[in-house]
Amino acid sequence: MAVEKRVVFRSAWLPWALVAPQALVIGIFFFWPAAQAILQSVQQQDAFGISTEWVGFANFERIFSDPSYIASFKTTAIFSLLVAVGGIVLSLLLAVFADRVVRGALAYKTLLIWPYAVAPAVAGVLWLFMFAPSIGVVSYGLRKMGISWNSLLNANDAMTLIVLAAIWKQISYNFLFFLAGLNSIPKSLIEAAAIDGARPWRRFWTIVFPLLSPTTFFLLVINIVYAFFDTFGIIDAATEGGPGKDTAVLVYKVYYDGFKALDLGGSAAQSVVLMAIVVTLTVIQFRFVEKKVNY
Amino acid sequence: MNRTSIVLSSIALAFGLADPASAATEIQWWHAMGGPLGEWVNDLAKGFNDSQKDYKVVATFKGSYPETLTAGIAAFRAGNAPDILQVFEVGTATMMSSKGAIVPVGKVMKDSGLPFDPTSYVSAVAGYYTAPNGQMLSMPFNSSTTIFYYNKDAFKAAGLDPAKPPATWAEVALAAAKLKASGQACPFTTSWISWTQLESFSAWHNVEFATKGNGMGGTDTRLKFNGPLQVRHIQDLENMAKQGLFVYKGRDNKADATFPSGECAMITASAGLLGAIKKNAKFDYGVAPLPYYQDVPGAPQNTVIGGASLWVMSGKPADHYKGVASFFNYLSSPEVQSASHKRTGYLPITTAAFKLTDTSGFYKQNPGSDVAVNQMIRKTTDKSRGIRLGNFLQIRTIIDEELEQVWAGKAEAKAALDKAVQRGNEQLERFQAANKS
Repeated sequence: MAVEKRVVFRSAWLPWALVAPQALVIGIFFFWPAAQAILQSVQQQDAFGISTEWVGFANFERIFSDPSYIASFKTTAIFSLLVAVGGIVLSLLLAVFADRVVRGALAYKTLLIWPYAVAPAVAGVLWLFMFAPSIGVVSYGLRKMGISWNSLLNANDAMTLIVLAAIWKQISYNFLFFLAGLNSIPKSLIEAAAIDGARPWRRFWTIVFPLLSPTTFFLLVINIVYAFFDTFGIIDAATEGGPGKDTAVLVYKVYYDGFKALDLGGSAAQSVVLMAIVVTLTVIQFRFVEKKVNY
Repeated sequence: MNRTSIVLSSIALAFGLADPASAATEIQWWHAMGGPLGEWVNDLAKGFNDSQKDYKVVATFKGSYPETLTAGIAAFRAGNAPDILQVFEVGTATMMSSKGAIVPVGKVMKDSGLPFDPTSYVSAVAGYYTAPNGQMLSMPFNSSTTIFYYNKDAFKAAGLDPAKPPATWAEVALAAAKLKASGQACPFTTSWISWTQLESFSAWHNVEFATKGNGMGGTDTRLKFNGPLQVRHIQDLENMAKQGLFVYKGRDNKADATFPSGECAMITASAGLLGAIKKNAKFDYGVAPLPYYQDVPGAPQNTVIGGASLWVMSGKPADHYKGVASFFNYLSSPEVQSASHKRTGYLPITTAAFKLTDTSGFYKQNPGSDVAVNQMIRKTTDKSRGIRLGNFLQIRTIIDEELEQVWAGKAEAKAALDKAVQRGNEQLERFQAANKS
């Protein structure tokens, strides 16, 4: 009978000491602000914090009866779907191409990874300069081709601009993971399929894609969270939520209401709702989508 | 004496000699003036610091007006507020209602014992920053108003007389049509659209923007800018936009850059833009009063103030307040005021400064430089004294949003203004509820 080897950690305090720094970071940078947000969402304060009043759920009632808040749910859903799906599809395509290239592979990979180092606000300004209706190089080209482009007044143009900027920034991250995922697929499987007469398209859908599913699932979760939160810098720099409120996603509204309109109670209430949404989405993804993942 | 005690006593001696008692008290000033205006602010601080030894004003640029206000609020909450904070006119109601956070300028000046006469300030300017009980709450600093700039070279090319700027809105539309025919892609645009085309517009025609004297009389004020005249004006602008005569260039002061660059030929903007135009425009430009509708009785009345004022934050040591009073005294002196006015295009805040500038012949040598002053140094009415509303920043954003629907062709003028009034009133109700003192 084989004896099961169990590794036992003898020290009683060492595990806690090792975990403590990370726990401290999570505590300070996530739990404390989250608790503060929940506290502020049930209060009504003036801008300077001099007078504080407990108002229970009044802030939540107020935000849900605001039509522009309900509209921003729809805007956020469209935006995050476009960014997540678009980002994954595009980077998968690029990873597949980069995988097959032999000459200059390092150059392509380096160039595809660079955008990740760009700060979100810088990315927003970059794309704004290219696509600004008055001064943008690309806008000029589009006008010459006869396409009317005005992201200041046309909601679809504005949404296109921020989706492009957001996808561009995230491509490197997705690309890296897909490339690693592709590299981990045993070449023998692909060769066996090729010998059996499977064309590249067939090989991709029946072998490569299913084996990439853990990566795809992981990236789906990450991209949705990215689209919900990290795109704030891009939107603020490129469109400021305009025209009207057509590109004001939920996180942008939280910023505007908190820091420009100085309505801290309403902003905190929106943060709490946003946190609940993302937590729920992640739970759903782990429960249901993960079932389809082949590990 | 052993080695240790020699070392210790020399350290003690060194500390004793490095006596910091003669260092000047630092006064922290947070402001939102960038570019050439930032240089002006730094020169003001330097002028004051060089003129005396007790206080040193340290000016720090904190970003745009909303960013500076947010920084000031966050600093106050952290117990680390600056001594002086520059807050734009839209934030006045927020600052006025935060009684524990600020010290009224009237009190600071009175306590310091320095000469201070509230009546020496131009009433249209200082009245905006004065409480109903007559106490001056903040020091007017860079007060601007809405004026009209036009590109004289573009006028010549279009066959218009560069010496005769359009005075009425009908003339503006005609001039825009001629400019467009001569190849101008952007005949007319505007900055700060709520301020220039609704707020100042209403005061210029002596119609009310909001009830209770445009909010000066109490927090139970409600918006009224969807009246017949304002609807007519927005409809006119809508028609101009459809014909490409009025081109919307974005919110806040995003359109400012389009005039000195030559992209747009006519613009209604702040008097404070003059500095940037002087520096960057490579063409002959003209300054004129805001256009009006000549068939409206009482027009032109006067325009409303823009810009910012300086607020004194509470919780600072007593000698800081003396320093602040001393600095404000310096800023209000006729020579400093007159020099600032000539340099930036902002209004002179005291009548003495206005007279000094006049007698120096500045207005004669620089035609157009007195346009802004003339629009403000008038007797005001209840409907034109100025607009002071709570949550004004949100209300302006609401106006921006609803009007953008008009320029995009998605809404009609009357419907957009009605919706803006309805959404804006919700903001006023919320402000009234939160400030029930």
